[in-house]
Amino acid sequence: MISLTINGEAHEVDVQPEMPLLWVLRDELGLTGTKYGCGIAQCGACTVHLDGIAVRSCQLRVGSLQGASITTIEGLGTPNAMHAVQEAWSEKQVAQCGYCQSGQMMQAASLLTTTPKPTDAQIDAVMSGNLCRCGTYPRIRAAIHAASNKLQEG
Amino acid sequence: MGKLATITRRTFLIGSAAIAGGIAFGVYKVKQTPDNPLNDELADGAATFNPWVLIDSDKITLVVPHADKGQGVASAQAALIAEELDVGWGDFDTSFGKPSPAYWNTAMAEEGVPFMSTDESTIAEGLRGVVGGVLKLIGMQGTGGSTSMPDSFDKLREAGAVARETLKLAASKKTGLAVSELKTEGGAVILPDGSAIAYTQLADLAATIEPAEDVTLRDPASWRLIGKPMPRLDTLAKSTGTQRYGIDLSVPDMVYATVKINPRQGGVMNGFDATIANDMPGVLKVIEITNGVAVIATNTWYAINAANAIEFNWGDAPYPAEQEDHWQAVSDSFIEDRLDKTWRDDGDINISLADSAVFSAEYRSPYVAHQPLEPLNAIVKVSEQQVEVWTGHQLPRMLQQQVASVTGHDSEQVVFHNQYMGGSFGHRLELEYVKVAAEIANQMRGTPVKMTFSREEDFAHDFPRHIAMARGQGSVKDGKVHGIDLSISSVSPVSSQMGRVGISVPGPDAQIPAGAWNNPYNIPAYRMRAYRTPELAPVSSWRAVGANGAGFFFDSFLDELIHEAGADPMQERIRLMQHDVSRKVLEAVADMSSWGGELPANHARGVAFVESFGVPTAAVIQVSSEEAGIRLQNVWIAADVGTVVDPENFENLVQGGVVWGLGHAMNCEITYSDGKAQQSNYHAHQAMRLHQCPNIMVRGLENGSKIRGIGEPPVPVTAPALANAIFAATGQRIRELPLNKHIDFV
Repeated sequence: MISLTINGEAHEVDVQPEMPLLWVLRDELGLTGTKYGCGIAQCGACTVHLDGIAVRSCQLRVGSLQGASITTIEGLGTPNAMHAVQEAWSEKQVAQCGYCQSGQMMQAASLLTTTPKPTDAQIDAVMSGNLCRCGTYPRIRAAIHAASNKLQEG
Repeated sequence: MGKLATITRRTFLIGSAAIAGGIAFGVYKVKQTPDNPLNDELADGAATFNPWVLIDSDKITLVVPHADKGQGVASAQAALIAEELDVGWGDFDTSFGKPSPAYWNTAMAEEGVPFMSTDESTIAEGLRGVVGGVLKLIGMQGTGGSTSMPDSFDKLREAGAVARETLKLAASKKTGLAVSELKTEGGAVILPDGSAIAYTQLADLAATIEPAEDVTLRDPASWRLIGKPMPRLDTLAKSTGTQRYGIDLSVPDMVYATVKINPRQGGVMNGFDATIANDMPGVLKVIEITNGVAVIATNTWYAINAANAIEFNWGDAPYPAEQEDHWQAVSDSFIEDRLDKTWRDDGDINISLADSAVFSAEYRSPYVAHQPLEPLNAIVKVSEQQVEVWTGHQLPRMLQQQVASVTGHDSEQVVFHNQYMGGSFGHRLELEYVKVAAEIANQMRGTPVKMTFSREEDFAHDFPRHIAMARGQGSVKDGKVHGIDLSISSVSPVSSQMGRVGISVPGPDAQIPAGAWNNPYNIPAYRMRAYRTPELAPVSSWRAVGANGAGFFFDSFLDELIHEAGADPMQERIRLMQHDVSRKVLEAVADMSSWGGELPANHARGVAFVESFGVPTAAVIQVSSEEAGIRLQNVWIAADVGTVVDPENFENLVQGGVVWGLGHAMNCEITYSDGKAQQSNYHAHQAMRLHQCPNIMVRGLENGSKIRGIGEPPVPVTAPALANAIFAATGQRIRELPLNKHIDFV
């Protein structure tokens, strides 16, 4: 049994310790907001927060996470109580297919924690690990600036 | 009719396929309206007036049968119905509906007929009508070819209007007031005294009334929704991680599976050793399927992990093992025997080329993968009586037939639950992955199986965009472009794709020359011939299909000739353009980009124009030439779709099309070695990432006489516009995609 704290809730899972966190979230706990895209940290669709920092859950062995605090897109905010990043994503209508957007928003939220007022260059540097096949990049840039403003205004 | 029939038989792909399949039809059958599928399960007190509107005492449900791959068509279809039905935006549920001939796609006829989309002559329109009738008859329900808006625009507004007028009849019956005294607003019939009767309260009465006929559609000037930015219905879910895709679904007692199938596509499996895999954690069993193996487990990761531990003995590929032999086959096909069709022959090209200095060039467009971010997946449950399938797919009725062919059921026994898709780009027109899932579930009857491809399996079994080559000869005279003789050789994407579902397609493939023959330029001598390379690796429709390669070839070659003539790339294209709507598109990007204005040092621009799916599209791209390579600065793009249904979503889709087109033109190809695709994941096929994304300015024009779709048309224009800009910046003319084989990008 491995004990995890996910979105503030304690979970115990009985899986091989080598299993990546991604598949614990999706197939064991039913937290499907976190997506499988590539399995090799090339697309960012599986991005979650580990102790507040964006990480690729497809690369995290669950056995190494005993006692860690994990936040997924479901914990970032909900439709009734959205995080500023989610509000901005919604207002700017970023999504097309939307499949990458959980990972994009988790990465963006992490960026805004460390860099509250990012420049375009800083956004490019941090967000380029998150692939969007639909090409919503112009709106992702705009939404991050909008979310930054929301957080500043508090 | 004799001539029309001949043309139909010889040149129309889908129509010919239908005829080849043995379906005979007459005028009566074509005019007959398919039954409304909503009647099948209509509850007491619920009313349906046509296949798109269902109202009961609780809620209004709008059926939006065109599949949503991320292009937002569920919202756009709902908007068309809601506009006429007078319901508030979002005050309704939507459903993809169940597969039904009632949802036939008439507009798919447009691309198959051998007429330029700018040709609105009687014979062209007549043939479009004939072919549309065939599609209706075979119940060709499909999403693709940027046809959702052309197919839906009148049909769904009429569906909304019929429902509205029938509800007014019901209110009239209920109140004794004349229909003319009644209005509708916000999902209710409004009485003269201002009181409202909600549609839901009229459902039971409306169900007893014959639906209204002869409805009048609203004047565009009074539209509440169409033409205005709308929050897409899926925006909230997709902004909070709560949107469910096929890959996210669970059904009770479901098991997880993945597969390994011969990566030499179509090759057999000679043997395998699963000794290690069988004993791995979470593995329930390993079973043999066609040309491969499925691992069933308690978690997708256990299945993928175990599949990687199986040793295989794969048979050879049924196509050349090495990429260079693919190119050789394409190159060897520019011969009379393989002439698919001479698509255009204006003026006398022989005289033009004999009279002037002749310029020649050769171009290449590679295999490229679809690879939407949601890996292919499907849940299938097979029982004696029925097969249930949960996945996202663009061809619901064909899916039923193919699944039934695997499990031995009748098509009608296949219950299909269509899902929002995490992208497609043509990938989810293919049925192999659904058949694979059905084959597994059929060996495990009673147990629902969720089959998910690993990304590597998805790459290995992508049916990529077709490779193509072009050879051009051209002439210039008095500083103007005079003659273009362009030949394209390619395998047929339509033949390959339809072949996989057992349909043989006679006649030329309109996708080989698409984007090259149909640009409405008035060039004194303009010949365009398509040659068909015999089948190589299996290929498929890739967002904008043939117009990607052929548009790149044609516009690049035109740009070269304009340079030879010493003319301005923008002004010469505008001068040559004979079609007003198209010329305005070029003028729009000239205006948006202030073409001809001063540019910073090391900056340069290229322009391109490609018409695809009836949409004239032009783009100007500005690049800078820097030490680290070419940097994309700005893109200005304009397209004419007749009517822009939602300007917000339109802009998003066009920007996305630009990113898609540029990213693959710059960075991506699939190559074969040892019969296998060499690119196995996104590290080797990246397309565009955010740091390479330029500013993209979009203008939608509405001068065209018909409404058109915007999913695909922004794509083909991007590659030539960028190659032309790189030439302007560096003097280097790149005639092969991807461009990064020849130049670095920042």
